[in-house]
Amino acid sequence: MPLDAKPGMDFKVIGTRPVRPDGIDKVTGRARFGADFNMPGQLTGRVLRSPHAHARVKSIDVSQALKLQGVKAVVTRDDFNADAVDPALMDVLVNVMARDKVLYEGHAVAAVAAVDAPTARQALKLIKVDYEILPHVTDVEEAMKPSAPVLHADMFTDGVEPRPTKASNIASRVEFGHGDVEAGFQQADVIVEREFRTEAAHQGYIEPHAVVASMGADGYAEMWCCTQGHFMVRNISAHLNGVDVSKLRVTASEIGGGFGGKTTVFLEPVALALSRKANRPVKLVMTRDEVFRASGPTSSSYVKVKIGAKKDGTITGAYAELAYQGGAFRGSPVDMGAMCTYACYDLKNVQVVGYDVVVNRPKQAAYRAPGAPQAAFGVESVIDELAQKLGMDPIDLRLKNAARDGTKSSYGPTFGPNGLIQTLEAAKNHPNYKVKLGPHQGRGVAVGFWFNFGGQTAVSMNVNIDGSIALAVGTPDIGGSRASMGLMAAEELGIAYDKVRTIVADTASLGFNDVTEGSRVTFSSGLATVQAARDAIKKMCGRAAQMWGIPEDAVEWKDGHAHPAGANAGNFPPMSLADIAKDAGNTGGPIAGHCEVNAEGAGISFATHLVDVEVDPQTGRTQVLRYTVIQDAGKAIHPTYVEGQYQGGAAQGVGWALNEEYIYGKDGRLQNAGFLDYRIPVCSDLPMIDTVIIEVPNPGHPYGVRGVGETGIVPPLGAVGNAVSHACGHRMTVVPMSPPRSLKAIKG
Amino acid sequence: MSKITVSATVNGDAADFVCDATETLLDVLRDRLGLTGAKEGCGTGDCGACSVILNDRLVCACLVLGAEAQGAKIETVEGLANGETLHPLQRKFIEHAALQCGVCTPGFLVAAKSLIDHNPDPTEEQVRYWLAGNLCRCTGYDKIVRAVLDAAAEMREANHAA
Ligand code: FES
Ligand code: FES
Repeated sequence: MPLDAKPGMDFKVIGTRPVRPDGIDKVTGRARFGADFNMPGQLTGRVLRSPHAHARVKSIDVSQALKLQGVKAVVTRDDFNADAVDPALMDVLVNVMARDKVLYEGHAVAAVAAVDAPTARQALKLIKVDYEILPHVTDVEEAMKPSAPVLHADMFTDGVEPRPTKASNIASRVEFGHGDVEAGFQQADVIVEREFRTEAAHQGYIEPHAVVASMGADGYAEMWCCTQGHFMVRNISAHLNGVDVSKLRVTASEIGGGFGGKTTVFLEPVALALSRKANRPVKLVMTRDEVFRASGPTSSSYVKVKIGAKKDGTITGAYAELAYQGGAFRGSPVDMGAMCTYACYDLKNVQVVGYDVVVNRPKQAAYRAPGAPQAAFGVESVIDELAQKLGMDPIDLRLKNAARDGTKSSYGPTFGPNGLIQTLEAAKNHPNYKVKLGPHQGRGVAVGFWFNFGGQTAVSMNVNIDGSIALAVGTPDIGGSRASMGLMAAEELGIAYDKVRTIVADTASLGFNDVTEGSRVTFSSGLATVQAARDAIKKMCGRAAQMWGIPEDAVEWKDGHAHPAGANAGNFPPMSLADIAKDAGNTGGPIAGHCEVNAEGAGISFATHLVDVEVDPQTGRTQVLRYTVIQDAGKAIHPTYVEGQYQGGAAQGVGWALNEEYIYGKDGRLQNAGFLDYRIPVCSDLPMIDTVIIEVPNPGHPYGVRGVGETGIVPPLGAVGNAVSHACGHRMTVVPMSPPRSLKAIKG
Repeated sequence: MSKITVSATVNGDAADFVCDATETLLDVLRDRLGLTGAKEGCGTGDCGACSVILNDRLVCACLVLGAEAQGAKIETVEGLANGETLHPLQRKFIEHAALQCGVCTPGFLVAAKSLIDHNPDPTEEQVRYWLAGNLCRCTGYDKIVRAVLDAAAEMREANHAA
């Protein structure tokens, strides 16, 4: 869908930094998040979860719970008709409510709705579940061994010829690349080969999952929840409950962070089932413990990297092998990880093989650039080591091999214009790259890549009678996107930013929208907003033409006004948007612009990160001294929010690199399901995070926008790893580089 | 379960409520008094999203029982602004874009107010350590720290002028 770009255009409001429309609500406590919504007659729901990592569910007896006064409904697997469920959604159903087996500790087995929380909690204790405990496996490498307990008797590795006849925990094998890697290694003067491991990190959004569902006796239902995609919630919740999609209306609340973790359903279909059974509204809110145990963390991984280069730094061959566990179900992001592994480099001979593995852990969910950071940790560490071996500056080595406009990427497509080289050059010239380091300090550099998504998007724009604009988008605002949409609408229409009010519309008010993920919102909803504005402009020009009595194509739109296009069109004073809006009732009725699109042309985004750390030789604790994010935004619509995305991604990456990990006991239970023991970075852990916005326009967007949300978490594992390695004098190969691991590295 | 009757002052207004012995102050504020500004991020004192000021002390409302609030003076995010006039911290948070999703914001604002009440001229380091009990997953804290320092400076100036 080629939209006219405006090359070298002078933006009026794009690139300015107005305050966000929801700012006041969010600083006064008025904004309503998932758990802040209540309905009359509402019941409190609670979910019973498996204490076992792997067990057969022989029976569930809910009779005692139902007898407890105040309990209004109990649901189990028997309340969902698996036979009527689309096979593609079967795993989602099994994940929201266990069927014949529980597959991880925290797996839902039943849920209750009661008059209040104490009653609901008590009811859970009265539900009797008879488990037959099975052997479990939580480690990705263990799970791949032939002797490992098998989770799914019907899992035969896809992507392997001939198809295996024995079930295993390897769901699939993928491969990307081109050229001849073996021949490449033969041309190399230096080869570095290493194995890496990364532990699972959780998205760590501060707001736990929450939903209120209400279904009436007529089968019509409403739902209010915090999600990255309320249209997805509607479709899946309705389907799993055998309800028509049109009978369920979902409203997205304000969302207290998602980072990919709210792109799927956990509680929503269960809340709907409870409400149907109780015939009353039901509210379900996860505790933090449940968020850790039962919502999706990212994959833990095993990564093997081998890269060969000539003396001058030219990479001749690059190979990688990835194994990612996706929790108890197929679908780890190993495919995306494999595609991103070498995306930053222009390579003749490259091969990446990936394995999607299941283990007895919660089903993984997307986390910012899903799959990319793990692979990048391995590759960026090996590149750093190569630079050391070759005696080259690590930025120069990357510049020598960096992907550019016209590079055939390791996963297939040929890249268009992109800003990788510019980010590397900016890094090299940044003052932070020149600061002298002290003892026990180290500096790390790494690059990162993310594709960015487009996808299904619908937007509607109503021109109000007073000349203000109501813009309805279907993508929840997770980081200030309403402000960005308002800016783009104002820019295109030629009016002031504060004349546009952007709302996130419910599922009954707008066409289908894909979830807010893959850094797609500013790109896709933005593109659709611009398109809807052009649609509205066309209609407004038509109205002006009608009032002036001239043909429609003799009217043009400039600076928020309809003008006669040239002297021949007639001599009429320009008519403002407000003038046209005021008379809409006499010229054909309400004016609105629409756009329904499957957006394509999302622009890839590259980043370079620089970090300085100091590792305490006594304790092994790493302090980040300086951090610099340099990333291509295409065009920064609202630079402050772009900086915010860069800083947030880097902070999450630093947490993953240094501290955050899922720790499992031998019993298959998670040992640190809380913010005290799963420690995300706090304010005193971090320095200010410097940012540099590079702008190499994306030709696929009318204003040149690229997604910016994801790339920021890709380089930190490698950048911090390289910095810690230099500070410790030892190559770090396991994430997180927690104090005990660093101390061991120092002591040797 | 028999309920407990409690009288307290919330944001300057008398607030009487009944609650269970097991109910936290956070539950009471959110579910009984309709003040949903304070959030439950963890319920275990680890995230600071539920920060309120109880008798001039910064506390996690999830770690205080509702019944303990008898006779207490409680300040929440809802009481920060003076009518239409935002508190300087609120204004600076918006100006600096010190929030992305905003779920941590009420806790940060209350904690930062308590900091400035105690120490009108904090250094960056003091801000970072005072706010170390409040988790933010979106921002990396950079813009939050800047907003707090800026608000403190503005408030000092205003006091000076007065
Ligand atoms: S909810 Fe009270 S500290 Fe997290
Ligand atoms: S702004 Fe989202 S947690 Fe702080």
